[in-house]
Amino acid sequence: MALRLDAPPEVVPGAEPSKQKKRRIKPGSWKLALKRDWRLYTLLALPLAYLLIFRYLPMAGNVIAFRQFQPGGSIFGEKWVGFKYITLFINDPSFWQAFQNTIVLGILTLVFCFPMPIIFALMLNELRSQKFKKFVQTVAYLPHFMSVVIIAGMILQNFSMTGTVNQIAESLFGNTMNFTQDPGWFRPMYISSEVWQTMGWGAILYLAALTRVDESLYEAARIDGANRWQQTWHVTLPAIRPTIITLLILNIGTFMAVGFEKILLIYNPLNYATSDVISTYLYRVGLESSNFSYAAAIGMFESVIGLTLILSANAISKRLAGTSLW
Amino acid sequence: MVNKTATKSAPSLRPRAAGGVLLKDMRVSTGMRIFRAFNLVFLLFVVFLTVYPFLNIIAQSFSSEGFINAGQVNLFPMGFNTETYKLILAESTFWTNYGNTLLYTVVATAISMVLTTSFAYAIAKKDLKGRSVFIGLAVFTMFFNGGLIPNYVLISSLGMRDSIWAVVLPNAISVFNLLIMKSFFENMPRELEEAASIDGLTQYGILFRVVLPLSKAIVATMVLFYAVANWNSWFQAFLYLDNPDLFPVTIYLRNMIAGVTTAGSAGGTAENVGQIAANIQSVTIVLTVIPILCVYPFVQKYFFSGVMLGSVKE
Repeated sequence: MALRLDAPPEVVPGAEPSKQKKRRIKPGSWKLALKRDWRLYTLLALPLAYLLIFRYLPMAGNVIAFRQFQPGGSIFGEKWVGFKYITLFINDPSFWQAFQNTIVLGILTLVFCFPMPIIFALMLNELRSQKFKKFVQTVAYLPHFMSVVIIAGMILQNFSMTGTVNQIAESLFGNTMNFTQDPGWFRPMYISSEVWQTMGWGAILYLAALTRVDESLYEAARIDGANRWQQTWHVTLPAIRPTIITLLILNIGTFMAVGFEKILLIYNPLNYATSDVISTYLYRVGLESSNFSYAAAIGMFESVIGLTLILSANAISKRLAGTSLW
Repeated sequence: MVNKTATKSAPSLRPRAAGGVLLKDMRVSTGMRIFRAFNLVFLLFVVFLTVYPFLNIIAQSFSSEGFINAGQVNLFPMGFNTETYKLILAESTFWTNYGNTLLYTVVATAISMVLTTSFAYAIAKKDLKGRSVFIGLAVFTMFFNGGLIPNYVLISSLGMRDSIWAVVLPNAISVFNLLIMKSFFENMPRELEEAASIDGLTQYGILFRVVLPLSKAIVATMVLFYAVANWNSWFQAFLYLDNPDLFPVTIYLRNMIAGVTTAGSAGGTAENVGQIAANIQSVTIVLTVIPILCVYPFVQKYFFSGVMLGSVKE
């Protein structure tokens, strides 16, 4: 017992003198914190270094939007050029087309892909057989675990001239359509595949919220004469409202980044008119044509809009619904 | 049987309600029955739609070109053919790339786990000075990032191009996973750690000998999250790797898919090349998907619990 009591000062170097000095060091000062928790700070060293190098350095690297950049030179560019690249993309019609496509795809994603998981979760919740529910869930989560490359491969095969969708189209309308290349078909192709991919997994948070709904609320509603539909409307939906709002804010935050990797894999020059979004456009401008500064300017514009969107969505929901991310 | 399942399901209205309520319930049940039938059919349809593309790819991978060309392959293989499997399985690049995927996944997951665990453990300590700054630094990156070009420039200037580091380092910490782990550590009983420190364990000792052994479930979940993300990733490799011997299998597949689209848009005889490639593509997709499909049924419950853990806090 005595040994144990002696132990702590022994393993904390410098703890013995600190005991006497304790009164002189202001409580809550960095000196005290370092003395007491230096081991925790060493644990923080690597992750913080990671954040600084791979997250914050690139943020600072955005200055090349205002500077001339030389490949192989400094990552912060060579000399100031002011708003040259900003005015360049503001006068670039291809940029505005990509901008418009981004907005359209973003809105379509919100309209179609956001509500589907809620409906799906509610329908699953109505199932009485837990085994069947589990089975449906397990299957529906599957696409979430597939690489986007595999998803893209499946999309292109299913929508190809001889693919399943065209087989159906032919039997219904007698003719096939060039889904993968016709600009008019890109949006339906993208959105339907997006729903396929995200509906199951997207329901998971709602299902988690649904398990926490107080059963007695349903009983009370039933005693008040509420039918099943009214119970859903007045009990279930209000119960999962915070989850819905949180996810809506997060979705709005990723609005500008619409499925970059997927679009990059499934689009082609023939459907750029509808498929080219800001991120794919800046990818081509920056990395295929090596206009780094120009593309960085577009990228910065995109991130600033994204940040503004999430901040305002958060502020609005805090105001109107009392739910917010922070 | 029906009764048994009904009592088990929590939100069902049948069993628990007493007397009049139950009677009332029985009366509406015609409409209810129609709804239930519709619900069942709808959900079965969802299951079918989800599984169909996979079945279609499997069918195509075993079909011969003639039938794929004619657009006759959907659920079942037509003109059974395993030549393409033999072809791909004999290809050394395919195996090299498969090995790379395995290597990248293991290394990247290990790095991610070390960084995420130590970070989460430290910021879970409520009285750590500067804690909110560290959390803020991490959370901010969820909503604002440097963007493609500055990242590309950085990785290139660090000399990581054409090396494993360009694949395994840039996305080492997922802030989402970090927050899940943090809230798990926060919910651990404080007394445990206090007792351990009275017993003379340092903060390192507490982490390795007390906290981690009690966190096996969350650690397993995090390993799965990272491993799946790394197994599936392709973009980092696509950006930074030029040497085909370093490609992960996702890039092997991506190049195959991209080859088809360009062949298709070039027109002419390329049409035929595209069609044959549909078969090769399907085979490659099937071979890439198999490991995930095999592991998925056994591990999916961990994903669910991981998400639950993360959502409880929010």
